[in-house]
Amino acid sequence: MSEKMEPAMPPAGRLILILSVIALISGVTIVFAYQITAEPIARNHRERLERAVFTVLPGAEQRVNYSLDDDGLARLAGEEIDRANVYAGYDSGGDLVGVALEASAMGYADTIRMLYGYSPQRECIIGFTVLQSSETPGLGALIATDPDFLANFECLDAELNEEQTALENEIRTVTRRDAEEDWEIDGITGATVSSEAVGRALRESAERYLPLLARYRDDLPEQMEAE
Amino acid sequence: MQPESLSFIFLNAFLINNFVLASFLGLCPFVGVSGKLNTAWPMGVAVIFVMLVASVCAYAINSILVYFGIEYLRLIAYIAVIASAVQLVEMTIKKFSPTLFRLLGVYLPLITTNCAILGMALFQTFNEYNFVQSIFYSLGAGFGFMLALVLMAGLREQLEFSNLPYVATSGAVAFMLAGLLSMVFMGFAGLGG
Amino acid sequence: MSSASKQDGPITYETFMSGAWKQNPVFSRLLGLCPALAVSNTAVNSLVMGLASSVVVICSSIIISLLRNVIPKQIRIAAYMIVIATFVTAVDYGIHALSLELYDALGAFILLIVVNCMILGQCESHASKHRVTTAAVNAGGTAAGFTAALLMIGSIREILGFGTFFGITVFGEGFQTWAIFVLPPGGFFVLAVWLIIFAMVQRRKEMSARPQSARSGKEVVHAT
Repeated sequence: MSEKMEPAMPPAGRLILILSVIALISGVTIVFAYQITAEPIARNHRERLERAVFTVLPGAEQRVNYSLDDDGLARLAGEEIDRANVYAGYDSGGDLVGVALEASAMGYADTIRMLYGYSPQRECIIGFTVLQSSETPGLGALIATDPDFLANFECLDAELNEEQTALENEIRTVTRRDAEEDWEIDGITGATVSSEAVGRALRESAERYLPLLARYRDDLPEQMEAE
Repeated sequence: MQPESLSFIFLNAFLINNFVLASFLGLCPFVGVSGKLNTAWPMGVAVIFVMLVASVCAYAINSILVYFGIEYLRLIAYIAVIASAVQLVEMTIKKFSPTLFRLLGVYLPLITTNCAILGMALFQTFNEYNFVQSIFYSLGAGFGFMLALVLMAGLREQLEFSNLPYVATSGAVAFMLAGLLSMVFMGFAGLGG
Repeated sequence: MSSASKQDGPITYETFMSGAWKQNPVFSRLLGLCPALAVSNTAVNSLVMGLASSVVVICSSIIISLLRNVIPKQIRIAAYMIVIATFVTAVDYGIHALSLELYDALGAFILLIVVNCMILGQCESHASKHRVTTAAVNAGGTAAGFTAALLMIGSIREILGFGTFFGITVFGEGFQTWAIFVLPPGGFFVLAVWLIIFAMVQRRKEMSARPQSARSGKEVVHAT
């Protein structure tokens, strides 16, 4: 410090007052910034979710949010999307294309969050997209973009057993040989861990939610209904 | 390993996503204090300690902020509370254990406003860890920082005797070494699978 | 502190350039390294992080310079932190509202701008002692230097690691990308190389300024 002499200490009250005034102004500024941006941020999230849902449900143009748990399938009004875990997609004619569900598993670097589309009529997974991942660019991150990998999800077998309690065949990723069965995912060479994480995530999510979905199937309308 | 398990949270912060070598947090003290082994050790211990205090504070404040629905004040609240908490702890140590203070004292103010501390507090909040998970996460982060610091100090002590070209003395060699260490740590990345 | 304002000369080219080049926060003073490496894996991320930090450092400098006679010395750091944190929070919301992709790519590192030592350093060592215009220009220089440094690191990493520059493919089909450059080690290596280049350029300048002593430069360093 260039000052030769320490200036006299101002009274503590003054210090607290000045600091409080600064803090108050700062608080007001932040609330102001928060209010201006709250709307666009919510819209961004909504649009991204919408895009993801329409990606995994080819042909879908409208979306309805549901919450699915052991107690049943409940339609959520409006944009109450915080509690939603199932998104039903309908095409332009109002017919049900399928439902989009979330899945997640530990990847190479961090948890990978993904969304997949399931068609109850065809009992298979019809689309897949990555919501969030920090996989290695150029290797693990290929699970989001590699066309050969994404081709696995044109109709990945997710048939339930006769009692409708579990998957008939466990979904899994194979990396050391080509996929032979309909429920096997052809992994990406050089991205074994990430590809296997996808298989694991889909298996766990499907084991958990698809039997529930089958049980409460009647609550999911085949035709788009107005709210 | 399950992403929520305590051992995984610890390993993740300690090795897989090492704060210094994979997330680039706390680089200033990392480059500044890693010259000598005998300063690297106490610095590491001090960081572990501050991380722990900060983690507990951040968890408490976040609960309060969420309760009142004012998460937008999170950043300011974290900075203010973590800084004052560390200051308080520093004063307490000074009063009750002069020996410990002599060992750690100088480092405490240095690391309070270090990005590793705030980063740890923010990551634990974003990952929605509960109290026990937060503690393990902060311990992992602290030990990870110490490991990186001590490894680096050991390497740099060896460098003292080598004949470096003048252009590399400005810290470039330190970053080259950090890059090599970082490559080594990439090998831990599969541990979670 | 009011006495310090008197030494302010007129604003010159030098006021700006000292922050941008001679005192470059990243390459010369090794400040603000966390964001410089953590988010600099593509040119776009670097640019956004650089601009976000620039907004914060310039705005904070202006406010602190305006308040320099009001804030008592004892609480100045606390006051600076509040001012900086306010702007950082606002910038964080701004980026979140602008683009989710950018927000996800930068993540917690936008909030971590607040502990970027470059900003507190600029406020403490310059803004608190100079009048508003000088403080703003000097902060602008520092901000420009920081953004340029980030871009220099980010461009190299993106070109070699992804084979693209601002998303545009640079090399032909056959280019095998060097994934290591977008990974953490690559950040360290690229920074180290830039540091060497920066030191060489500085050195050459000094040599041409003092031709006499420069010849012995090499020996001097080896002796230390």
